[in-house]
Amino acid sequence: MSEMKKIKNLKEFSTSADRFEGANLLCPGCAHSIIVREVLNATNDDLVLSASTGCLEVCTAVYPYTSWDASWIHIGFENGSTAVAGAEAMHKALAKKGRLKQPDRNPKFVSFAGDGASYDIGFQWISGCMERGHNIMHVVLDNEVYANTGGQRSSATPIGASATTSQAGSHSYGEKKNKKDMVSIMASHGIPYSAQVSPNKWKDMVKKIQHGFSVDGPVFINAASQCTTEWKFDPKDTMHIADLSTDSLVWPLYEIIDGHELNITYRPKNVIPVEEYLAAQGRFKHLFKDEYKYLIKEWQDRVDANWAYLQRREEARV
Amino acid sequence: MAFDKMELRDVEVWDGNMAASQAMRQAQIDVVAAYPITPSTPVVENYAGFLANNYVEGEFVMVESEHAAMSGCIGAAAAGGRVATATSSQGFALMVETLYQASGMRLPIVLNVVNRALAAPLNVNGDHSDMYLGRDSGWIQFDAYCPQDVYDLNLIAFKVSEDHDVRLPAMVHQDGFMTSHTAQGVSTLDDDTAYGFVGEYKPMNDMLDFDHPVTHGVQTEEDWHFEHKARQHNDLMTKVFPKIQSAFDEFEKLTGRKYNMVESYDMDDADVAVVCMGTSVETAREVATEMRSKGVKAGVVGLRVVRPFPFMEVAEALKGAKAIAALDRSSPNGAPGMLFNELAGAMYNLETRPMISGYVYGLGGRDLTKVHLTDLYNELQANVDAGKILTPLQQFIGVRGPKLSFL
Ligand SMILES: Cc1ncc(C[n+]2csc(CCOP(=O)(O)OP(=O)(O)O)c2C)c(N)n1
Ligand code: SF4
Repeated sequence: MSEMKKIKNLKEFSTSADRFEGANLLCPGCAHSIIVREVLNATNDDLVLSASTGCLEVCTAVYPYTSWDASWIHIGFENGSTAVAGAEAMHKALAKKGRLKQPDRNPKFVSFAGDGASYDIGFQWISGCMERGHNIMHVVLDNEVYANTGGQRSSATPIGASATTSQAGSHSYGEKKNKKDMVSIMASHGIPYSAQVSPNKWKDMVKKIQHGFSVDGPVFINAASQCTTEWKFDPKDTMHIADLSTDSLVWPLYEIIDGHELNITYRPKNVIPVEEYLAAQGRFKHLFKDEYKYLIKEWQDRVDANWAYLQRREEARV
Repeated sequence: MAFDKMELRDVEVWDGNMAASQAMRQAQIDVVAAYPITPSTPVVENYAGFLANNYVEGEFVMVESEHAAMSGCIGAAAAGGRVATATSSQGFALMVETLYQASGMRLPIVLNVVNRALAAPLNVNGDHSDMYLGRDSGWIQFDAYCPQDVYDLNLIAFKVSEDHDVRLPAMVHQDGFMTSHTAQGVSTLDDDTAYGFVGEYKPMNDMLDFDHPVTHGVQTEEDWHFEHKARQHNDLMTKVFPKIQSAFDEFEKLTGRKYNMVESYDMDDADVAVVCMGTSVETAREVATEMRSKGVKAGVVGLRVVRPFPFMEVAEALKGAKAIAALDRSSPNGAPGMLFNELAGAMYNLETRPMISGYVYGLGGRDLTKVHLTDLYNELQANVDAGKILTPLQQFIGVRGPKLSFL
């Protein structure tokens, strides 16, 4: 195994390996690019990457340009995980046959995909990859919406968010279903590592990515990806929104080892009310009307209950 | 070499599925990603058996669907090694999206398509409707008439598909059950000769060359999409024919077995000709010979290459005929048959334009008998004698109930 990359501070981190160029067409303030950079910067090893159809893909590989200075492939919306799994299988095969061009290199295989491409259409492909034990990492850029096609709901869209196919209106408060718990579902495959991360907590992220790269077998990473366009906040506020989500425990940070050992990796010193997180985004604006205020309370109760559940699981090691 | 040699006799009794598996073994493919479906399942089962007994080396990825099978093959091919798989029918249909993605990325992959009908109604038997779904997907399509062809054309498919001027995926299709499950004598090559013919895999733009990172599967809009698609199509229509021809020539030198893009049988002076694919070709040849003894100048044209469509060879083979039957083994679902349309297109500009009628036959595994073909030749001869087509433009052969026809 290759040596783990040491990172001292944020400045050094932000200027280290630049295999994902700043030149791309993502919206200003889009967290997708920050997360990708944080993942790639966690290692000096060679990379084989894929992206599923979505914002990241259409904004970073527009012929004749590419933002990727590493091997990269896009096939379709649903099958980025399997593309990388195929490449990983080929790497194994060529290694066995002694035909690798650079046998001393230790590539990492990573697929990036949106929540649509992971929670919904690509679910089966990811599940297959996890179950088969490919040595790959699947990273969800979870912006809780189909952003690339204009903001339709996905099964990651939280209750009360207004999306173009679950709109808030005079007779609707928007999305009616709660978000699917993908980390648990993926952990249930018994994979060696799954974790939830957020770009503002970059040290936590690097630790988890490096842990993910160090294990043998599939890794699932769910990354909160703040979307300025669909969440409706000012592009300069990406990290602020991310702080609100981790500090309100709307987006708790934890990891699950070998499918059962749950560790909470971030405990905010001052937990802030969920209301602050909701109030900062246009997609929840309507919840502050009198008739829907009860939903804000429900939100808070749900987040509290989930936090209690995570703590119980951590304690019980199940 | 780390794997064990499998000793083959000069002639082995193989069905079409085993013939495909053996060719895959001898080509020493690096990765198979597969999902089972009747009647193609034994292709990958046999391969798993080779793997279990150390006759092959490499990775066998049993994925969770056919879409994933081709997705895995695409990732593996982009990583730079030899890749193959197999499917049929609904599995092929599920793969269609990825077929376009494989060819658009110019990735060599060999797919054995064991032809089977498409549901509904559900049917496991052979017809050509599945592979027609993929005929515009940018793959090279070879047609095998018997297990020997399956074996030979698989070896040829690897060679053509992986050629650096071509870099396009290739299918070899065979009739479900009729070829896939019927054992026949197959002349074999020894492992070294077969591998020597296919050649070592030479990667190009592979993702495992870390000193030269590549971006596969980009986004284009109206500014570049047309150029990519036009180039891909043009390469198919101009570069692939000569490569197939030279692979056929080389194969003939090696084995004495001669393949042609268009297989003409008794066509030199034929007045009436049947054009078909798969197992029907051999039946048609037998009937043509019998018709000759009855004074009917009958011939058969079998397609060996369906894509790129060898329109020049087809027109050349058929230019002397007076009446032609295009036999389609798929439901045209609202149009004249695919073969009918393509023949008509290929022959429209000929000075002597033969009469063409369309026949739909054998859907869902229904037999095409010698009696059917005898009647058909007689009908064609009657058209020749009358100097016009006496029958409808499209007819169904051997369907129960009231006679179904079109125009
Ligand atoms: C099979 C298929 N269905 C639908 C689409 C259209 N499509 C492209 S991207 C996309 C949404 C992507 O959403 P997500 O995965 O959440 O990524 P994001 O754009 O939000 O980053 C959709 C619906 C497609 N490309 N392919
Ligand atoms: S729409 Fe959202 S996810 Fe897409 S590029 Fe813009 S900010 Fe990023």
